Amino acid sequence: MSNSTDSWSRFDRRERLLRFFGLLAGLVILVAAWRAMEVNYGYAVTAPRELADLFGRMYPPNVGYSRKIVGPLLETINISILGTALAIVMAIPVAFLGASNTAPNKPAYLLGKFIISFTRSVNVIIWALIFVVIFGPGALAGVLAISIRSIGFTAKLIAEAIEEIDRGSVEAITAAGASPVDVLIYSIVPQIKPAFISVATLRWDINVRASTIIGFVGAGGIGVPLQTEINYFNWEAVLTILISILGLVLISEAISAYLRKKVM
Amino acid sequence: MLTVDNLEKTYDSGDKALKGVSFEVSGNEIVAIIGPSGAGKSTLVRSINRLTEPTAGRVSLDDTEVTGLDKSALRDVRRDMGMIFQEFNLVERLTVMENILSGRLGYLSTWNAFRRNFPPEDIKRAREILSRVNLEGVENNRADELSGGQRQRVGIARAVIQRPKILLADEPTSALDPDTSREVMSLLTDIAHEDDIPIIINIHEVDLAVDYADRIIGLSDGEIVFNGPPDDLDQAARDKIYRGGESIADREGPSAGSSTDSDDVIAERGD
Amino acid sequence: MAAESGSAVEGSWERPTVFYNKKVKYLIYGLILLFFAYSFWNLRISPSRFVRGIGAGVELVTSMLPPAYTPSQRELLIQGIVESIVMTIVATTIGIIVSVPVAIMASNNLSPKPVYYVGRSIVAVTRSLHELIVAIIMVKAVGFGPLAGVLALAFKTIGFFAKLLAEEIEDIDRGQMEAITAVGGTPVQTYLYGVLPQVMPRIIGLSIYRLDINLRHSTVVGIVGAGGIGITLLNSFDKYDYQFSMAIIAVIVAIVMVGEGVSALARRRIQ
Ligand SMILES: Nc1ncnc2c1ncn2[C@@H]1O[C@H](COP(=O)(O)OP(=O)(O)OP(=O)(O)O)[C@@H](O)[C@H]1O
Ligand SMILES: [Mg+2]
Repeated sequence: MSNSTDSWSRFDRRERLLRFFGLLAGLVILVAAWRAMEVNYGYAVTAPRELADLFGRMYPPNVGYSRKIVGPLLETINISILGTALAIVMAIPVAFLGASNTAPNKPAYLLGKFIISFTRSVNVIIWALIFVVIFGPGALAGVLAISIRSIGFTAKLIAEAIEEIDRGSVEAITAAGASPVDVLIYSIVPQIKPAFISVATLRWDINVRASTIIGFVGAGGIGVPLQTEINYFNWEAVLTILISILGLVLISEAISAYLRKKVM
Repeated sequence: MLTVDNLEKTYDSGDKALKGVSFEVSGNEIVAIIGPSGAGKSTLVRSINRLTEPTAGRVSLDDTEVTGLDKSALRDVRRDMGMIFQEFNLVERLTVMENILSGRLGYLSTWNAFRRNFPPEDIKRAREILSRVNLEGVENNRADELSGGQRQRVGIARAVIQRPKILLADEPTSALDPDTSREVMSLLTDIAHEDDIPIIINIHEVDLAVDYADRIIGLSDGEIVFNGPPDDLDQAARDKIYRGGESIADREGPSAGSSTDSDDVIAERGD
Repeated sequence: MAAESGSAVEGSWERPTVFYNKKVKYLIYGLILLFFAYSFWNLRISPSRFVRGIGAGVELVTSMLPPAYTPSQRELLIQGIVESIVMTIVATTIGIIVSVPVAIMASNNLSPKPVYYVGRSIVAVTRSLHELIVAIIMVKAVGFGPLAGVLALAFKTIGFFAKLLAEEIEDIDRGQMEAITAVGGTPVQTYLYGVLPQVMPRIIGLSIYRLDINLRHSTVVGIVGAGGIGITLLNSFDKYDYQFSMAIIAVIVAIVMVGEGVSALARRRIQ
């Protein structure tokens, strides 16, 4: 051992070397990545100034404009609620497939798992693009995009709740001569209800945020006027919209947190 | 009358839990099934209402052969058999009242079950049973707010409201403290006498079995090795149930002799 | 509870509801229904539109399959993906570097109240705005291309990273910190030796997690012009080249899934 009494180090030599090369590799990758972006340094250097400039032009927010965004804001809320509701309706059967204790057979279980991971892997804006092509621009495409995107998340968490069900009361009610549907109503549903409500409100909270941007591809909500105003450089109106979105998101977050606490 | 005839159960894992068990239970008899862990006690009571599907043999309740019924007929006969569980098996998030009423689900249409629309006589009876099991006033509490003893009494109420022809209990006292265990046992014996139905109780504590049962069935390794009144449960019988016939003397004395004279040793102990 | 003593009430029971009473409950249900009706009307969702949409959907799906690309499109695809990955790496690094001081500001055990509120506000704002909103603004500020995307992703990283890291910092053992201060450590030394070692595992875990999230986002910010594969996807939709769109989506899904798998694996290895 080369450790002398007056020098101490946290890691032995091999470990230090490994760490060193790990760090070096990280740096190399980072530099390579930066260079690969081929950033125009002119832009990069002026970026902070541009940003400051932009916010300068945004202030003060256009208060008069706020009347015009009430409609789109309500539409945003509508989209988030309808999208979440629809997602849950579709997620319930998927959850029962994707839960190992309720899946009727192995292929059905795998199908459930596939739907869960596939719907989650495609971003909401891509779903919005697709549904705008199908149903034309508007909130309908937004609702569908939000709902399809949400299936995976909701179904996954509901499936986990189903897998954690206490079999005891299922058995007790079966032993009293109840039918499988009775068992569902009396034992399974009460057991997954809290998880169900908290998943729904949590997802709704996420979906409020998502509903603010699907307008960029024409799928309705506050994103539509936001994009328009940005394109016309109406920065004061943009700030008004941004503030309203901030408010909406914070309120929905508070409501969602309150509801989740209440069902616990 | 319940007849169990040559009942066998072999689990998928290959475990032979029951190896041809036969007995009868009738009147308002309290039958305690005792035996070491893994003897097959749970398997036996659960095979009676087919929560566990027996592999061979027959179970009959009065004139109905339970084994061999199709699903819907099985549900009908299950309404006549109340079951009480070690871990109570209540729906924790439902109220006491709903838990008790769930014993009547076998008589309710799905639509009424969905609306929780129980007939007035069920609700009236639920209230009567609540006072019978000493639980007045807690009907609106959620099951998870109750103590263990209270929960087990809800479990009993749920079984009693079925108006069963027989009660099956799988270690109803194992999750309870000794005093509460005795309360539960005397409640069960009262029910048997008042409602004039037999009860089969799996039980770990031999003392409880001796104190409360009219008859004791000793199960060892999937077979009945004792079947008689508590008074007959002498040390020899206990050894047979719990040590597969090997007596304490066999174990204690290093030179206690071969197994051929173990009977004499047991006889000498008297007890 | 005078109402409960009547004989009519004996046969009825009402489940306590979380709402004030039954009327309020039905009122709330009614309002919810009304809201849905209004929403449907408001969004002009009609059955006929739906049916037409299904036809269009089938048409779209058939025109998307099989996914395909020409050689030049293949170049575009690869370029876009590489750009997304590159953006992810740079943005995550910048985001984390900025996040650490913000996290210290936003933890109530290390920062004085005014600083704490500033930190919390930064977290709140960076968390509330969707990455695409940030991206679209960055595009206006610094022009089309990956730089805007990097800034947007880094911005979003702050909200996530600083919030979770601040929570971790709030849970640290103050003793270790005070020990460093007590032996005369400067504030920087205190952070380096008293705080950092305690939160380092969390920093690494969160970094890997955020890398995964940024990878997902980097594939879509291009839709508003902020670099990466997103712009290629949008163009393919605009040109009705749905087979190419499908190819891009498939590649995105594959990359996202691989990223998620690697991230999960790496986090498990570290723990
Ligand atoms: N679901 C099952 N699958 C496979 N084997 C089982 C199953 N349940 C029980 N067994 C086996 O059957 C045998 C009898 O088990 P059982 O639970 O009936 O015993 P018990 O007398 O109730 O024991 P305890 O006093 O521990 O409750 C044991 O060997 C056990 O391992
Ligand atoms: Mg048992």
